[in-house]
Amino acid sequence: MARLTIESLRKFFASTVAVDDFSLDVADGELVCLLGPSGSGKSTILRMIGGFEQPTSGAIRIDGQDVGRLSPDRRPTGMVFQSHALWSHMNVFNNIAFGLKLRHLPRAEIRRKVEAALELVGLGGYGHRQTFQLSGGQQQRVALARSLVLEPKILLLDEPFASLDQHLRERLREEVRDIQQRLGITTLFVTHGQDEALALADRIVVLRNGQCEQADAPDVIYRNPQTQFVAGFIGQMNFIAANVEGGTFRHPEMSVAIGAQDGPAVLAVRPEALGLVAAEGGAGVTVVRSTDFGSHIMVDVELSDGTRLKAMTSPAMRWERGTRARLVPSAYALYRDNKLVVSGTVGASTAAPAFGAAPLVV
Amino acid sequence: MIRTYSSTSGRFDWTGFLFAVVLAIVIAVPLLVVFTWAFTEIWRYPAVIPQKFGLRFWNQTLSRADVWDALSISLQLSATVTALSALICLPAAYAFARMKFPGRDLFFLSFLASHAFPKFGLLVAIAAIFLQLNLIATFWGVVLIQLVGTLMLMIWIPVAAFQAVDRRMEEAARDVGAGPLRVFWSITLPQAGPTIFAAVLLTFVSTFYETEGAWLIGAPQIRTMPVLMINFINNQVVIQYGAVLSVILWVPSFIALMFARRVIGTGAFAKGFGA
Repeated sequence: MARLTIESLRKFFASTVAVDDFSLDVADGELVCLLGPSGSGKSTILRMIGGFEQPTSGAIRIDGQDVGRLSPDRRPTGMVFQSHALWSHMNVFNNIAFGLKLRHLPRAEIRRKVEAALELVGLGGYGHRQTFQLSGGQQQRVALARSLVLEPKILLLDEPFASLDQHLRERLREEVRDIQQRLGITTLFVTHGQDEALALADRIVVLRNGQCEQADAPDVIYRNPQTQFVAGFIGQMNFIAANVEGGTFRHPEMSVAIGAQDGPAVLAVRPEALGLVAAEGGAGVTVVRSTDFGSHIMVDVELSDGTRLKAMTSPAMRWERGTRARLVPSAYALYRDNKLVVSGTVGASTAAPAFGAAPLVV
Repeated sequence: MIRTYSSTSGRFDWTGFLFAVVLAIVIAVPLLVVFTWAFTEIWRYPAVIPQKFGLRFWNQTLSRADVWDALSISLQLSATVTALSALICLPAAYAFARMKFPGRDLFFLSFLASHAFPKFGLLVAIAAIFLQLNLIATFWGVVLIQLVGTLMLMIWIPVAAFQAVDRRMEEAARDVGAGPLRVFWSITLPQAGPTIFAAVLLTFVSTFYETEGAWLIGAPQIRTMPVLMINFINNQVVIQYGAVLSVILWVPSFIALMFARRVIGTGAFAKGFGA
């Protein structure tokens, strides 16, 4: 149906750079998540695609047609806002029908389409309700129906679940994913929640300071983060800073043989790839906290230089506060100046995947 | 209405009681006296309560041609001034609320300027100009002078109303295909509607009661209700004419203020002044 192409998009606000040289290709029917901390430019990118902000430079193409200079009402995009932005002086039916009325469709067809859209989002028969009579989740569904009823080529979702509670958010995002796949609509989704991105996206674009850090499938983002920022932003991650000397990452409590040039570097190890072994005498790291999550125990340890690490251990072994332990990493990645230098598993430093067994290429 | 017992100690709140009494005397007693006079036929010294109540003076007042003329003039004036004021001020208010342009703050403050000078001095100065333009004692002369007085109310409240409209709502309307004018008509105006309605109502009422301008510019041909009332009170031996007119004039303002209360309560004034 529709393909979205963004080329070297830039946006300056006064003197600050909001989006810097951002390019992205979204395939037909794909759901891409723009993920990043606040101020990373993700909403600005979405608003530029929707036509609510003018790009400073760069091109936005939908099916090859440049829409970069069109006003929002002339673009084949549909946006769902964080605050649902329903028109409180109209009931649910009229909210959804407004866009169809502007297109001068016959009344019977408007009615049929609105009812189909309400059915689609699971709110059949809610047409006569006032928007303020609905719950937060229902309001967001109406907002979704309002966009979908116009059959946009590109659906834009700007943190649509941010104002909902955790439980509802999880349910709604699954429904949105279902609807999106059923309609096969090309979708761009902005969020700052990594769970949401991992659960929803075909592809995640991690943004920082208006620039793309990495754009990959969720499992690749998690298991092969290409920058230290992505490694730290998605999931839990331990970072240990030390020097590489003579092919070995040397830290008093953790030395790893590594195929990297000498110099300062940061070693990244996921909690699930960090094992603990009881240490004799006063050697090793100190256990500072042990939290039981049922399925696993998260043990916080402190290194001699004050660094805190998290290790995921099996519930079979109890770690008391103050116990000494030795660190046994099983997989790692080494970063220097935010860039991935090498990743591997301990014992065999190769270009093999860093975190987990999936056969992925770095 | 006034809670005279403090909830913590249970002792009688004398300060509160005193305030209540003072306020009642200052506000309620004059009202009561006017009301009583309006329905009185005979009230001679030293009686506290009138000797005879009745509607005789209502009949007499309402059968006077000058009362009906004044009412007609007043309604025409108020309607014309309110409509003109809305026509001028609402688009300006939208511009102040939503657009950025050079001199915006200065323009905004200029709407306040007419209220920054002693009103009577300003009126006399304007009257001198109007005399040369042959606007004295004409309908449009009074319209013009009253229009100046309405500008502030009609700018500041609608500015707050427009600013309170969620921009995302307007953007959502653009997104589904509405042009800028359509968005204003279908989204912004209905959203700001209740507040703007209150501003229009307040403008109408304040114009209806405006006295100095109407008197100075309009006299003697254009006689509005309040001007007539002052005439009655000043020149008539019978108190009841003035009292009846006062009560008649009191009704529309009371209704208008009931409507306007919700707007004032939501802090629209404060938002307007903070803009």
